[in-house]
Amino acid sequence: MYRIVESREIAPAVKLIRILAPEIARKAQPGQFVILRVDAMGERIPLTLADWNITEGTITLVFLEVGVSTRKLGELKEGDAILDLLGPLGNPTDVRNYGTVCIVGGGVGIAAAYPIARALKRARNKVISIIGARTAKLLIFEEEMRRCSDEVHISTDDGTKGYKGFVSDVLRKLLQEGYGFDMVYAVGPAVMMRAVAEVTRPYNIKTIASLNPIMVDGMGMCGACRVTVGGKTMFACVNGPEFDAHKVDFTELIRRQMAFIQEERMALELWEANKRGDE
Amino acid sequence: MNKWNRFKAVPIPKQPPQVRIYNFNEVALGYSEEQALMEAERCLQCANPQCVLGCPVEIDIPTFIRLIKEGKFREAIVKIKEKNNLPAICGRVCPQEDQCQKYCVLSKRGDPVQIGRLERFLADWEREHNVEIPEKKPSTGKCVAVVGSGPAGLTVAGDLAKLGHEVVIFEALHEPGGVLMYGIPEFRLPKSIVQAEIEYIKRLGVTIKTNILVGRLYTVQELLSDEGFDAVFIGTGAGPPIFMGIPGENLCGIYSANEFLIRVNLMRSYLFPRWDTPIKVGDRVAVIGAGNVAMDASRCALRLGAKEVHIVYRRSRTEMPARKEEIENAEEEGIIFDFLTLPVAYHGDESGWVKKMECIRMQLTEPDETGRRRPVPIEGSNFMMDIDTVIVAIGRRPNPLIQQTTPGLRVAEDGTIIVDENMQTSIKGVYAGGDIVTGEATVISAMGAGKKAAKSIHKYLMGNK
Ligand SMILES: Cc1cc2nc3c(=O)[nH]c(=O)nc-3n(C[C@H](O)[C@H](O)[C@H](O)COP(=O)(O)OP(=O)(O)OC[C@H]3O[C@@H](n4cnc5c(N)ncnc54)[C@H](O)[C@@H]3O)c2cc1C
Ligand SMILES: Cc1cc2nc3c(=O)[nH]c(=O)nc-3n(C[C@H](O)[C@H](O)[C@H](O)COP(=O)(O)OP(=O)(O)OC[C@H]3O[C@@H](n4cnc5c(N)ncnc54)[C@H](O)[C@@H]3O)c2cc1C
Ligand code: SF4
Ligand code: SF4
Ligand code: FES
Repeated sequence: MYRIVESREIAPAVKLIRILAPEIARKAQPGQFVILRVDAMGERIPLTLADWNITEGTITLVFLEVGVSTRKLGELKEGDAILDLLGPLGNPTDVRNYGTVCIVGGGVGIAAAYPIARALKRARNKVISIIGARTAKLLIFEEEMRRCSDEVHISTDDGTKGYKGFVSDVLRKLLQEGYGFDMVYAVGPAVMMRAVAEVTRPYNIKTIASLNPIMVDGMGMCGACRVTVGGKTMFACVNGPEFDAHKVDFTELIRRQMAFIQEERMALELWEANKRGDE
Repeated sequence: MNKWNRFKAVPIPKQPPQVRIYNFNEVALGYSEEQALMEAERCLQCANPQCVLGCPVEIDIPTFIRLIKEGKFREAIVKIKEKNNLPAICGRVCPQEDQCQKYCVLSKRGDPVQIGRLERFLADWEREHNVEIPEKKPSTGKCVAVVGSGPAGLTVAGDLAKLGHEVVIFEALHEPGGVLMYGIPEFRLPKSIVQAEIEYIKRLGVTIKTNILVGRLYTVQELLSDEGFDAVFIGTGAGPPIFMGIPGENLCGIYSANEFLIRVNLMRSYLFPRWDTPIKVGDRVAVIGAGNVAMDASRCALRLGAKEVHIVYRRSRTEMPARKEEIENAEEEGIIFDFLTLPVAYHGDESGWVKKMECIRMQLTEPDETGRRRPVPIEGSNFMMDIDTVIVAIGRRPNPLIQQTTPGLRVAEDGTIIVDENMQTSIKGVYAGGDIVTGEATVISAMGAGKKAAKSIHKYLMGNK
């Protein structure tokens, strides 16, 4: 069992939890993720490490409550525990001095971008961050991003904060204004990462995306997470999760993410009905 | 009950096909005491028993069968457990027809003695009558780390614990057992039985730590230098599924057999939505390949509600690598076999779901020098099959993580770990065995490797005291 030492809502339906996992904290590196299972009948779900603390022996996860597993996880309070936790998984981000980097984070992806931005800043890059959400209330980790960025640009789909539009629109604007980026890093929903890749493609800027396909084992044994990159099949959990965004077949990724959508909806309705029945 | 006949095996009761395709309960139901006694009676108690030569762990078969005849079930199971820590599993999934039973003298005149079924009978009897824990040697103060909890890892761990060593198994998944747990379906090997056998290994004093991926959390070198282990055994088995690399293979609805079976077995998706992991099986399913894995996947698909399940195989009936018993079970259940057929492409609908499988007909060449007949495509014979789900079961590669993260470890071109005759790798104190060394093989050969490694590790540990 892995004990939760902190749990709080940082935006509507977005939770931050800290879990006691000293060994994972000791080994964690930016860009890596864990796979966890809440309880004995639970699904294995991957979540990116949003932070870790070696002295406290904790890891931080930030997640959007979308279905049964993330809802169950979100219900847990300080002192509760989850059954299984495996990590750190995936290849760490290639942190080095690129020069000027642009970190683009969308939605809960901003939390996943944070340790990467921090590491790139420590590696003496100039860090320009673009973060965005659907609406102002959903914008998370702004403070954290400010701490490790030279500039932070904000967008919301509805214009309630910052630029009205998508993060990719902001990126396009900056490039048109003459910003020169040596590397662009994108993490967030697949559609957002695809848009970012399309913006940087004509400029020929190295662009990395952190992919989030459906996973089961997370250690290379099942192939559920396969993605097409440069015409080749890759297993995102062991060959990634980061890939050259210009080579990723995002359309396929988006389709594969939806593979169980009917089952997931049905399960969520059932879970909610059961919950109402219990109370 | 049929009449006793020395040359006819006592049949094993089974769930009838028309019933069992609607459940995941075990198909073969096991001998009753009476049936076991009848079957044991057939053994000739050969002075020079050939059957033993066919068993990779050299179980003293005539003696355990004699003990059954004498009604001494406790002594009989103890006899087996001298050599085999996991008899309830081997009795069920060993390819006996290629091993012990193949060499039984009776097979020249009729059915061989059903050694596997008798082994299973005893193991099941013991589970119902309290499992005895053998005496352990006094503690040696030595510590061994075992990576992977499949049959190889469990065996090496059990044997070393009996010899007085402290043993810790590190398993990456959340449940120990390896393929026994995540691969072989409930209806062939009930998970409660695997769990009971693992419980026995734990009661021998072995600690099992799940959710630990060695190579990421600790490297093999760190286990030796920082974590205080005196030796390491690597039993990480086979993992990454092989795909054919044909167009459309990443469409939705196409699974590797590993994904399909992990969902069904480890994640119990046949109990979805009570269990959280979903699985989706359409009406028409094609399983590519004809080994044990393909049989298991096809029979799972049927139980998950598929109307029509095809085994699609590029060679013919006689070349099928699966166990005969499992092929028969699959046929009885209504699995359709499409021989001499090779998929060449998949075609999907506008939302990316597989709808059609394009195949080409094959023919077998004349036998070459090695006697093998190769399948070659028949030009222009392409045709389409309507399909909702595809399960690719054409093999798996060795798990690569340890090899990638252990400098100095000698690895063969196919990714397997190279060991010497004592199962030692190129690194002193580091041993390996099972599928990670041989490539995909069998439960009992993995156990055999575990036995051998345990002996070598014991010698190594006691030698450098
Ligand atoms: C490497 C990686 C890192 C991720 N990091 C984060 C993160 O930091 N924060 C966050 O909120 N989300 C993250 N995700 C997505 C997260 O795993 C899913 O939102 C979660 O699994 C949904 O589970 P559910 O049961 O709540 O929802 P469901 O109702 O089961 O599914 C909702 C959607 O989530 C996706 N999903 C479902 N099951 C899985 C699965 N087993 N693996 C991956 N995706 C799945 C599918 O697209 C699905 O349509 C990450 C995914 C990956 C692959
Ligand atoms: C579907 C299927 C059906 C089969 N049917 C039969 C049958 O009927 N009869 C038969 O004899 N054989 C059968 N086999 C083959 C048999 O199961 C294998 O040969 C046997 O399990 C190999 O044992 P092993 O101990 O080497 O590895 P495995 O059983 O593969 O176990 C390896 C374990 O190591 C873990 N692991 C891997 N990497 C790491 C790491 N880095 N850190 C920690 N843990 C790790 C894995 O999670 C796994 O649990 C079947 C195989 C499959 C897939
Ligand atoms: S372990 Fe397997 S091969 Fe050996 S006697 Fe038992 S069934 Fe036969
Ligand atoms: S070879 Fe057959 S008959 Fe002879 S001892 Fe072995 S099982 Fe019995
Ligand atoms: S999640 Fe199974 S191979 Fe990546």
